[in-house]
Amino acid sequence: MLSQHLPILLVVVPLLAAPIIVLLRRSFPSWLVATLASIATLAIALPLLARAVSEGVISYAIGNWPPPLGIEYRVDAANAFVAFIVSLIGVFVMPYCRRGVSSEVRAEEHYLFYAMMMLCLSGLLGILLTGDAFNLFVFLEISSLATYVLIAMGRDRRALVASYQYLLMGTIGATLYVIGIGLLYLQTGTLNLADLAVRLPAMGDPRATLAALAFITVGISLKIALFPLHLWLPNAYAYSPSAVSAFLAATATKVSIYVLMRYFFTIFGETVVFDARYTGVILLALSLAAMFIPAVVAIFQTDVKRLLAYSSVSQIGYITLGISLHSVGGLTAAVAHLFNHALTKGGMFLVLGGVVFRLGGSALDRMAGLGRTMPIASFAFVIGGLSLIGIPGTAGFVSKWYLVTAAMAEGQWWLAGAVMLSSLLAVIYVWRFVEVAYFREPPAGHPPAGEAPLSLLLPALAMIVACVWFGLDASWSGNMARAAAEALAGGWK
Amino acid sequence: MSGSMALAGILATPLVGLVLVSLSGRWPNLREGITLSTAVVLFAQVLGLYGAVADGARPELVLLPMLPEVSLQLTAEPLGMLFGLIASGLWIISSIYSIGYMRGNQEGNQTRFFVCFAGAIFAAQGIAFAGNMLTLFLFYEAMTLITYPLVTHHGTDHAKKSARIYLGVLMGTSIVFLLTGMLATWVLAGTLDFREGGILAGQVGATGTAVLMALYMFGIGKAALMPFHRWLPAAMVAPTPVSALLHAVAVVKAGVFSVVKVVVYVFGTENLMSLGSADWVPMIAGYTIVAASIVALRADNLKRRLAYSTVSQLSYVTLAATLLAPISIVGAAMHIAVHAVGKITLFFAAGSIYTAAHKTEVSQLDGIGRKMPWTMLAFGVGALSMIGLPPAAGFISKWYILSAAMSAEHWTAVAVLVVSTLLNAGYFLPIVWRAFFREPPASDHHGDAHGHDHHDDHGEAPWPMVLAQTVTASLTIILFIYHEPVLKLARAVAGGD
Repeated sequence: MLSQHLPILLVVVPLLAAPIIVLLRRSFPSWLVATLASIATLAIALPLLARAVSEGVISYAIGNWPPPLGIEYRVDAANAFVAFIVSLIGVFVMPYCRRGVSSEVRAEEHYLFYAMMMLCLSGLLGILLTGDAFNLFVFLEISSLATYVLIAMGRDRRALVASYQYLLMGTIGATLYVIGIGLLYLQTGTLNLADLAVRLPAMGDPRATLAALAFITVGISLKIALFPLHLWLPNAYAYSPSAVSAFLAATATKVSIYVLMRYFFTIFGETVVFDARYTGVILLALSLAAMFIPAVVAIFQTDVKRLLAYSSVSQIGYITLGISLHSVGGLTAAVAHLFNHALTKGGMFLVLGGVVFRLGGSALDRMAGLGRTMPIASFAFVIGGLSLIGIPGTAGFVSKWYLVTAAMAEGQWWLAGAVMLSSLLAVIYVWRFVEVAYFREPPAGHPPAGEAPLSLLLPALAMIVACVWFGLDASWSGNMARAAAEALAGGWK
Repeated sequence: MSGSMALAGILATPLVGLVLVSLSGRWPNLREGITLSTAVVLFAQVLGLYGAVADGARPELVLLPMLPEVSLQLTAEPLGMLFGLIASGLWIISSIYSIGYMRGNQEGNQTRFFVCFAGAIFAAQGIAFAGNMLTLFLFYEAMTLITYPLVTHHGTDHAKKSARIYLGVLMGTSIVFLLTGMLATWVLAGTLDFREGGILAGQVGATGTAVLMALYMFGIGKAALMPFHRWLPAAMVAPTPVSALLHAVAVVKAGVFSVVKVVVYVFGTENLMSLGSADWVPMIAGYTIVAASIVALRADNLKRRLAYSTVSQLSYVTLAATLLAPISIVGAAMHIAVHAVGKITLFFAAGSIYTAAHKTEVSQLDGIGRKMPWTMLAFGVGALSMIGLPPAAGFISKWYILSAAMSAEHWTAVAVLVVSTLLNAGYFLPIVWRAFFREPPASDHHGDAHGHDHHDDHGEAPWPMVLAQTVTASLTIILFIYHEPVLKLARAVAGGD
C-alpha cells in the first residue's frame, strides 16, 4: 500500500527531484520538475495530515528496521501540520520562480537554483518528519547548505557576504545542536527521539541533561533567529532572490521553531525545561525584546526587504512568546502564528518580488507613487501589512487572538498590553510604506512601470487571498493548531 | 423575506454598490446614479426590517466561522436598527449633497471618494447589526481603514499629517484598549455575545469591571471621549461631505453606538449600577462636554467649531448611557438619532458656504444670510437642535437626559447639561446673528490681485446641496414633532416596552 509510505515519500520526492534537475540542466524542464515535485509534496502532505489528525502518531520504520535500531519517521498532528505549511508554501513559490528567477539568477545557474530549492524543501520536510535526533541534524545540514547556496545566488554582490554570515552562524548552531545530542546519547544510549522521551525522565535531572538542553536550545535558537541571535537574518532575506526570501521567511525559521517545541515539550518535557529552571522566564524576556527592538529597527529601514526581515524577527517573538507560556493555549498560539505568519510574510515577499522585478530594487524611495503605478501590488502589500499588525479579517488577527487569550488564561494580563503595544510598532512600519506608496509622486523621468507580469502577480495574490481567507475563517487552521499543540504537549505515547 | 436573508442583503447591497461604483468611474453620471440607487435600496432594506424588530423579533445570521470558538454573526436588535436606519437614510441625502459638492468644487479622485463612502456605509451597517463583540470589532476596524483615504483625500502634507493623527488615535486606542478589553471579556465571561443584562454580570468583581469599563470607554476612540478626541478635529481636513456623513454621523455614531451597546449588552446596566464601576465615566464625559464646548467657543474656523461641538455632543450620549437609568438609555439612543440629523445639517451648511463663497472662518460670515438664506436658515435649525431648544429635535433627547440626571439626583450631570446648553448657545447663536443681522463687509476692491473678492458675487450653493440641507433641517423639526418610531426603538433598548 502506497499510503503507508507517505512519510518517506514526502521527503524522497523532492530529494530525488534534485539530481533529476541536475541531469536535465535546461531551465524550463528544471522548473517543471521542481514545480511538479512541490505539487506532489503537497498532495502527500495533505492526506498525511488527515491521517495524523484522525489516527494519532504514525510510526514509519525506514527499510523495515524496527526502531530504535533503524531510523524511524514519526508523524503526528504537529509535524504533519508544519509539513503541510512547508509544502503549501512550496506550491505557492515554485510557479513564481519561473519568471522571478529569470531576472535575478544567471541563466546557466537556473538548474542549480531549482536543484537547491528541492534539496532545501526535502531537508526541511526531513527535519519535520524524522524521529531520530541525528537524522534530524543531517536534514538540518542538507537544508542549510542548500539555503547558503540559494542566498548566494542573489544578484547583489552583498548576497555573498550575507550567505557567508549565515554559513558561519548556521554552522555554529548546527555544531551546538550536535554537541547537545551527543550529550543525550552519552546518557541514554539512544538517538531515537521517542526513546529519548521515555528514557530522559527516568534519568532524573542530571547536570548533563541541563547541558544538553542548553546546547540544543541555543543551537536551534540560532536557526530560529531568536533575538539576539538574529543578526544573520536581515541580510540573508534582503539580498537573496525574492522567491528565496519568500520561501525562507515562510518556512526555514518555522521548521526550527517546530524542532525547539518538539525538544521542549515532547523530549525533555515541561518539568525539566520550564518547572526546574528559568527557561520560561528567559524565553519570555527574549520574546519581549524581539517583539519591540527589531520592530523599532524595522521602522528605520530604508529598504523594504530589510524592513520585512526585521519585522520577521519581531514576529518570531510572538511565536516564542507563545512557547514561553508553556500551556496548550500558548502552543496553539505559537503554531497558529507559524501558519498565519508564513502566509502573510511569504505573500508579502512575493508581492515585493513583483515590485522589484519592475523597479529594479527594493529601496523604499523607489516605491514612491506605487499606489498609482502598481495599484494591485501595493494594495496586496498593504493587506499583508494589516495582517502583520493583526487587523481583524486577516490571519494575523487570529494569531493575536490565541496569543493574548492564552496569556490572559495563564494570568499574565500585562502581556496583553505588551502584545498590543508591539502591534502599534507594526502599524508604524507598515504605514511608512503606505505613505510613500500613496502620497508621493512617482519619480519623474521613469516610464510608468505597470503591474508585475501575471506569473509573478498571481502566486503572490493567491497567498494574500489565503491570508485574508484564513483570517475570516480560521475554523480549520485554528483546529489544526490546537491539534498540533495537543500533540506536542501530549508526548509520543 | 426572512429576517436573516434581509440581514445578508443589508450587508451585500453597499458592497455591490462599491464594486459597481468602482467599475463605472469613467461615466460620472452612471456612477452617481449607482451610488444613489444603492443608497435608496439599502435604506429600503433596513426599513423593511423595522417592523419585525420593533415588534420584538431578533433575526440572526451567521456569516463565517471566524474562529473555532466565535463566529462572525449578525443580529438585528432595536439599537442597531436605529443606527442602521440613520446611517443608510442619511447616506441618500448626503449622496445628493456630495454630488453637488464634489462637482461644484471640481474635486479630484471622485471615484475613489464614492467607493470609500460606500465602504464606510458597509462598515456602519456591519457595526449596527453586529451580533457579537468580535463582529463589531471587525467592522469597527474596517471603518477606520476605509475612511482613511477619505481623510487624506487632498493628498497634501497637511492631509497626511492629520490622517496620521486620525489613524494613530483610532487604531491605537482600538488595538491597545478595545481589543484588550474584548479579549479579557472573552477570557472572563467565555462569550462575546450581546445579551440583555450583560455577559459580565456576576463574572467579574467591582475593580475588574471598572478596569474593563475603562478599556472599553477609552478603547472606543470613535466616541471621542477626552483625552482621545484629537482625531475628530484632525479629520476635518477631509472634504465637507465626509465630515458631514462620516465625522458627524457614521463614524462617530458608530463610536457612541458601541458605547451604548457595550454598556447595555456587555456590562449590563443593573450590574454596573450595583457594582458602581462606571461611576467615574459621567465625570469624564461631563468634562469632555464642557471642555470641548469651550474650545469650540474660541475656534474661528467653522468646521473646527463644529468638530469640537461634535466631541461635546458625543459625550452627551456617553454621559446618558453611563447614568444607567432606563430613561437615560432612552435619552442616549434618542440623542444618537437627533444629533445625527442636526449635525449633518450644520456640516452641509458649512460645505455650502465653502462651495458658494469659499469662506471657512466664522469671522468672514457677516451678512452671508442675505445671499444664502436657505443655507443659513438650515444652519439656524441645526444650531437650535444642538442647543436643545424647541422646535428642534435636540430638545427631546436633552429632555430625557436631563430628567434622568435629575431623578438620579446626579447634580454634576445636571450642572454639566445646563452649562453646556449655555455654551452651545454661546458659540452657535452668534454665527446666525452675524449671518443675518450684520452688514456684509464693504467689498474693498483695491488690491484685488489676490482674486478673493469675486466670490462676493456668489448666491446660493448648487441646488443638490441646498436640497440636501433643507431635507435634513426639516427632519430636525419633524423629529421634534413626530418621533414615535425612534422612541419605540429607544425604549426597547432600555428594556421597557
